Amino acid sequence: MNRLNQLFSTKRENLLSIYYTAGFPELDSTVAIAAALEKAGADFLEIGFPYSDPLADGPTIQHSSQTALENGMNLNLLFEQLKSLRAQVSIPVLLMGYFNPVVQYGIENFCKKAVEVGIDGVIIPDLPMYEYESLYKQYFLEHNLSNIFLVTPITSEERIRKIDDLSQSFIYLLSSSSITGKNLEVSDTVELYFERIKKMELKNPTVIGFGISGNAAFAKACKYANAAIVGSAFVKMLTIEKDYIDKIPAFIKQLKNQTIAA
Amino acid sequence: MKYGVDEQGYYGDFGGAYIPEMLYPNIEELRQQYLEITTDASFTDEFNQLMRDYVGRPSPLYFAKRTSELYGANIYFKREDLNHTGSHKINNAIGQILLAQRLGKKRVIAETGAGQHGVATATVCALKNIECVVYMGEVDIERQAPNVARMKMLGATVIPATSGSKTLKDATNEAMRDWINNPEDTHYIIGSVVGPYPYPEMVARFQSIISAETRKQLFEQTGNELPDYALACVGGGSNAMGMFYHFLDEESVKLVAVEAAGKGIDSGESAATTFLGREGVLHGSRTILMQTNDGQVVEPYSISAGLDYPGIGPQHAHLYKIKRAEYVSITDDEAMEAGLECSRLEGIIPAIETAHALAHLKKMNFKGNETVVICLSGRGDKDLTTYINHFGF
Repeated sequence: MNRLNQLFSTKRENLLSIYYTAGFPELDSTVAIAAALEKAGADFLEIGFPYSDPLADGPTIQHSSQTALENGMNLNLLFEQLKSLRAQVSIPVLLMGYFNPVVQYGIENFCKKAVEVGIDGVIIPDLPMYEYESLYKQYFLEHNLSNIFLVTPITSEERIRKIDDLSQSFIYLLSSSSITGKNLEVSDTVELYFERIKKMELKNPTVIGFGISGNAAFAKACKYANAAIVGSAFVKMLTIEKDYIDKIPAFIKQLKNQTIAA
Repeated sequence: MKYGVDEQGYYGDFGGAYIPEMLYPNIEELRQQYLEITTDASFTDEFNQLMRDYVGRPSPLYFAKRTSELYGANIYFKREDLNHTGSHKINNAIGQILLAQRLGKKRVIAETGAGQHGVATATVCALKNIECVVYMGEVDIERQAPNVARMKMLGATVIPATSGSKTLKDATNEAMRDWINNPEDTHYIIGSVVGPYPYPEMVARFQSIISAETRKQLFEQTGNELPDYALACVGGGSNAMGMFYHFLDEESVKLVAVEAAGKGIDSGESAATTFLGREGVLHGSRTILMQTNDGQVVEPYSISAGLDYPGIGPQHAHLYKIKRAEYVSITDDEAMEAGLECSRLEGIIPAIETAHALAHLKKMNFKGNETVVICLSGRGDKDLTTYINHFGF
């Protein structure tokens, strides 16, 4: 059982995950941010590896990706940095990024290396279910690396069931069909969609992401799913604040407090 | 078809649909419906009627007499430059707007490099009274000002792509982001044989009218429907695929695709994808693309905005890998000279993209009496400033 399954088997509510880009704002900030996030109370993490053409991302994460690349970040270096991850961080950590850098690194090698440094799962938005299942699944299974699938408000029920069968740790529900960095407007339609998914009683835990920037959206998301992911809002904080490590506890606190009060 | 696509959307090792889940319903809708819609009589009737009365097809197959004499071969130009809007791009735009209409879409988006596809899309949107948004790299907006003006004149909104290299690949990213954000009411008219399946196949089919006509016209003029060579320039590769399509299974026809070498293949400023690229994933398909060792897409360069793309369509990648087609490259200077030569010999000012294909004639060894068809993919009006600056007229 990897760290993700362990987490979801012990704690099933109000889990908070944070996304940020490796090598941003500084080349060497990757592990220090992870450690600070765990200390501040994040439940699991997604570390993005940068790509030149991140087509599912909005301006904030595009910018962090571009800066990380300019800083010199790449998968080789990231795995090098992550060698010290497990000495400092015990919560589950996933990698998130686009497929081409993985193809160039070698898919099998990527899976092997990721598990070696203590990564629990990966999210590759442009690796769809068909390609994963027919071409690459074996590598992920062999190394016990969870591949996370995305579900959108317009994903069919049949496809969601199939995703549920293929998933090993959780399912990533997009709050809307959009790129990252837009604010979640929790409209009736969105609630109906979350409600519909909840009623499906999926085998896997669910995590809501995209558009969760403040405590109200976080609290709302946690009503329908086991966890919620904050990405662009956190990356924005890293972009603005010079002493970003010191600002992490307050950032996490304001996201979580509201939930506890609600 | 031996060189065609399989049921999963692959051409050998290339193709597929490497798209985020947000785009899955859009792509699935197309996959399910495009064949049925585009083979229906109501579609083909309207398509053929528009091709004839609006685009001006069939485009002539012109025997280029003086060029033929110069190179010692029988050289024919397939005159896509004479199409309405000035290039082959209109063939695909007409096909896709009729598809968009039948899918009930209210809004169309497109990416454009040289602006030819943007103009073609803006044109068909005006024709069908559908809202049109075109994404264009900020750099391209500057170097292709006349086409930007044309799109605006036609009622389209042109949005500059300001990310990355601010050229065609970034315009494509922005168009895809728009589509992710507007999955239900919007159709994305991709302008080349790139992108996730079924786009490469769909665009190739719409462009295949080029080789269908060429075969027929060549037979009428020479009594033989097969040339020895079919030649075309390649950015993403839509005019080349259109020119190759009906010759693919005719193994006697040598297919030659001309890439843009920019300032030279090893200059660091080039768009010669098969020479400089490796296999990977770009804009939703597995193909050959120019990239760094760790898989970051490289900014390509060519004097011609329409060839300035870091990948090629997946079917081209397949034809390259199995050696069904030959991929060669031509530098900026060679292309500019060929553009001037064509103007002076034939009275035809070609687009700089097209001039790359023409420039390759110099490098071919003709044994005498061989027949060559070249896709004259576009006219050079949009490139006059670049030509003038280059030659100092």
